[in-house]
Amino acid sequence: MTHAALHAAATLTPTMHTTGAFSFTWLLVVIPLTSATVLLLGGRRTNSWGHLLGVAAPVASFVLGLILFAQLIGKPASERSFDNHLFSWTFVGNFKAPANFQIDPLSISFVLLITGVGSLIHVYSVGYMAHDPGRRRFFAYMNLFVSAMLLLVLADNYLALYVGWEGVGLASYLLIGFWYHKPSARTAATKAFVVNRVGDFGLSLAVMLMFATFGSFTFTNVFGAAGSADHATMTAIGLLLLLGACAKSAQVPLQSWLGDAMEGPTPVSALIHAATMVTAGVYLVARSAPIFNVTPTARLAVTVVGAVTLLFGAIIGCAKDDIKKALAASTMSQIGYMMLAVGLGPAGYAFGIAHLLTHGFFKAGLFLGAGSVMHGMNDEVDMRRFGGLGKYMPWTFATFGLGYLAIIGFPGLSGWFTKDAIIEAAYHKGGTSGYLLGSAALVGVVLTAYYMTRVMLMTFFGEKRWAEDAHPHESPEVMKWPMVILAIGSVGLGYLLVLGSRFADFLAPVVGKAEDTAFKPIGLVGILTFVVMLAGIGVAYLQYGRRRVPAVAPVAGPLVVAARHDLLGDAFNESVFMRPGQYLTRLLVFFDYRGIDGFVNGFAAFIGGTSSRFRRVQTGFVRSYALSMFGGAVVLVAALLLVRG
Amino acid sequence: MSPAIAHVAAALLPGAADPTTSFPTPHLDYRALLPMLIVGGVATLGVLVEAFVPRGKRGITQTVLALGGLVAAMVAVVSNTSIRNITAEGAISVDGPTLFIQGTVIAVSIGALLLIADRALASDADFAAQAADVPGSAAEQASVRAGFVHTEVFPLAMFAVAGMLLFPAANDLITMFVGLEVLSLPLYLLAGMARRRRLLSQEAALKYFLLGAFSSAFFVYGMALVYGYAGSVKFADIATALSSSTHGDPLIIVGLALLGIALIFKLSGAPFHWWTPDVYQGAPTPITAFMAAGTKIAAFGALMRVLFVAFGGLSWDWRPIIWGVAIVTMVVGAVIGVTQTDVKRLLAYSSIAHAGFLLTAVGGITVGTADSESSVLFYLVAYGFMTIGAFAIVMLVRDADGEANHLSRWVGLGRRSPLIAGIFAFFLLAFAGLPPTSGLWAKVAVFKAAYEGGAAPLVIVGMLASAVTAYYYVRIIVLMFFQEPAVDGPTVLAPTVFTSAAVVIGVAATLVLGIVPQPLLDLAGKAVPFLR
Repeated sequence: MTHAALHAAATLTPTMHTTGAFSFTWLLVVIPLTSATVLLLGGRRTNSWGHLLGVAAPVASFVLGLILFAQLIGKPASERSFDNHLFSWTFVGNFKAPANFQIDPLSISFVLLITGVGSLIHVYSVGYMAHDPGRRRFFAYMNLFVSAMLLLVLADNYLALYVGWEGVGLASYLLIGFWYHKPSARTAATKAFVVNRVGDFGLSLAVMLMFATFGSFTFTNVFGAAGSADHATMTAIGLLLLLGACAKSAQVPLQSWLGDAMEGPTPVSALIHAATMVTAGVYLVARSAPIFNVTPTARLAVTVVGAVTLLFGAIIGCAKDDIKKALAASTMSQIGYMMLAVGLGPAGYAFGIAHLLTHGFFKAGLFLGAGSVMHGMNDEVDMRRFGGLGKYMPWTFATFGLGYLAIIGFPGLSGWFTKDAIIEAAYHKGGTSGYLLGSAALVGVVLTAYYMTRVMLMTFFGEKRWAEDAHPHESPEVMKWPMVILAIGSVGLGYLLVLGSRFADFLAPVVGKAEDTAFKPIGLVGILTFVVMLAGIGVAYLQYGRRRVPAVAPVAGPLVVAARHDLLGDAFNESVFMRPGQYLTRLLVFFDYRGIDGFVNGFAAFIGGTSSRFRRVQTGFVRSYALSMFGGAVVLVAALLLVRG
Repeated sequence: MSPAIAHVAAALLPGAADPTTSFPTPHLDYRALLPMLIVGGVATLGVLVEAFVPRGKRGITQTVLALGGLVAAMVAVVSNTSIRNITAEGAISVDGPTLFIQGTVIAVSIGALLLIADRALASDADFAAQAADVPGSAAEQASVRAGFVHTEVFPLAMFAVAGMLLFPAANDLITMFVGLEVLSLPLYLLAGMARRRRLLSQEAALKYFLLGAFSSAFFVYGMALVYGYAGSVKFADIATALSSSTHGDPLIIVGLALLGIALIFKLSGAPFHWWTPDVYQGAPTPITAFMAAGTKIAAFGALMRVLFVAFGGLSWDWRPIIWGVAIVTMVVGAVIGVTQTDVKRLLAYSSIAHAGFLLTAVGGITVGTADSESSVLFYLVAYGFMTIGAFAIVMLVRDADGEANHLSRWVGLGRRSPLIAGIFAFFLLAFAGLPPTSGLWAKVAVFKAAYEGGAAPLVIVGMLASAVTAYYYVRIIVLMFFQEPAVDGPTVLAPTVFTSAAVVIGVAATLVLGIVPQPLLDLAGKAVPFLR
């Protein structure tokens, strides 16, 4: 990174105090929270209209978000940061955190994504969950999620961010286990929870370390002092933040929970485990830009995690027959791209976030499409039991198809703009690392094109391999229109954001800006990307378009088997963490029992014995009490005189 | 006004007519004294109520009068917050600590009075129908049948409150002694007024009185010695006398020791704690609650004033003694508490241990540093509220013949009445100093103050003692929640409005101070230091 870029990132926009519409920022969070509370506490009485309230809440937040956005872009770029001070959250002494909300270009981008895509998915859920007995509970949890996620992105300090971070984790846990009568759903929820604890622990340590170092949680204070702080401390903070980001965003090595999280209802997968929550890690890194800017080590770690994950997820995606798990693997891989981008520093922040936004649209669209397919196919998820659905579900086919073109980076669609930009930026980093990172990203393009084409072909093309009682049909209007709107976003958003480096300029006050952010589609890298993408499509077509798709997964080589089992992520966790952990536990129990308990019990017996002996001194005779008092008085007086010497 | 007084003085005092020896008009800042005047006045009115109001209406009249008086006194204290004034010719010091302690005493007294009112007026009252009857006699049965009620408990309690307000405010030894006696004498009487197990109660009262008189003698003797050294009983004069001589006189050393003994006796510090378990057990439970909370608060106020204001110059002499007393007190309270089987005795040992924890902060004080003084003040508030609440719960668990105080009767209480047992468990956790209760911050504050004052060994003993006390608190929780209830277990009285109010005040204060302690810590920080 150049000096100019560092300088750009270091001179952060001064924060304005709220006026006008910005003093209502807190409503963004409170509206869905209120709705969730009403739905959870209202019980069965709210069953009949609960889902309507559940939809109205994110829509209201979205409208408010739009108003704030309009206000924000009306201001000059240097004044686009507004603090909505509510109260000061004081615990003890100077351990305090202001309860503030902050609107700036980065947070408003997320607000619009969360509430916009969130509203569409809520609408879709009205149809998808129409016959579910737990629909009210579903909407309550979804609203809770929206509220927590908004708190996460609107917080102006790390402590409040952490509260939101835990809040989305809770909502995610509740929604993965939404159908808790299924053992698999319960297990998946627990797994997500446990894996996320690891990351949360990292984040909490990072927050504590910040407080210990800077004496404050607020972004302003931490970032202001980041440049002058001890370098090793900053690296430690950066790596701990990355640990938190890894768990939340399902990055290697904490990726194992995301595939299982697909046990939740499909709208949950679309909103939480594709469009928003899993991107919180990317947000965290981008928000902490001033911290990462001063520690190249942590930045390198971020890029490595991103590059490894984007390949890791893509390989898993190539072997999955479950449509949702294939999409989940793809999510993992795409977030890998974003991580890679934000790890590049000011050169990549804007591209990472831009890809996050476009991904939010096309991946949500793909998930809703998958949900629509499942809805029409009796909740079947095995793509080997699909085939030829294009004719029967034209709207789903069309919207899913546009999402498909967007994700593989077909020229002109949104994924093309944002992903190509990341690959360019990776190569642009220079040196061996830049070359390796860029190449990994390029390999990712081949794999993405391959597995997405595979999903497309197996689902919508070829002959029917349906179960006997399957009667595929197009989904109702209330599910169709959200898909259509998301498809429009998948097509146009990239153009809107990247061309003329609009988004990079918009974000510049928050994350800084590299000198050269102009988009160059027809460079060497661009052409290369296009070619390898076509290659990926071609291979998939030869395998799944030309040949019959067997209804049972064929016997395959070791790599494919490993990919089918999530590249042995679970086996790794079990053998490296679980088993040694169990042995360690047993060992500790042994020592606890023999050593510590022995001492403790001995001490307790000593105290108990002393106690029974001493209590006999309390005879109940007032004469002996008086004598004891006199004795005590003599000792006291003597001691005082002795001390005096 | 002053000519009138001069006239009276002239009539009464032979020498006053001579202008050169005229009796000076004492300057009284009535506003600063208002809380004490209100409570004393209400107590006196209570005596008149006993004389003139018909028997049937006394209970309600006394309750309204006493509660109203306490609320008015509280308002007076709150409106006085900015006063820092030594008044009444130097006899009374109304400064930050005084006001803080007076406010705390009044607050816990309101809680205790709610309990007293509840148990004095109930059909199965806790107070003897006629305390003068010989236990088990025909006269006693007649009194019970006649439905006599001892409404004298109200004025007695109010006199005790008045003493508790004066005790920490006293700025000379005579006034302090008056405060000590005004707070003690009514308590001796009240302790003997239990309706059931009357012999135990009367024994407790007698023991309390004898030992209390013994300790008062120490105080008076100490006062005489100090006067012999300093030529004055005023704290300011004592401090001046100490600062003007470099070499200590055995006179002042022994005097300080004797005064200290009497004060440590009042706050149940070892080795002068012997009365505490017996009296706490024998006294009617509402009185025990009142005593445990109020007396300790007032006595700590007085101890700190004597040590810091009058004997600050001797702090290098008394600090090691306070260290020793703190250690012995913590060990006695913690260790002997382990084998107690009666819940009231157990809480008595708990209160001894708490006195020890408080003394660590006093022992850690470098005179004049605000932190340790304010930590004691905070601890007293936290301790006062949880004590009132815990004893309120003890009152509710009953057998056919009164309270079921033996711990074996508490087995499985959590199954029968989870709410009551849960609240008691909450108070026990607060005593143990666990989050989210005020007990945690109280302990943190005093231990921190002690540590920073260089009393690290005290803090270590305090931690260990704290761990031992946690054992006996948790033992009760285990007993209540994890064991099968007895077949003929005690009944839990449905709490009345009064008791509920006291319990709610206790729970709310303990919880709120556990979650947001800072405002009160700030307030305590603003209250110190003592006015010299």
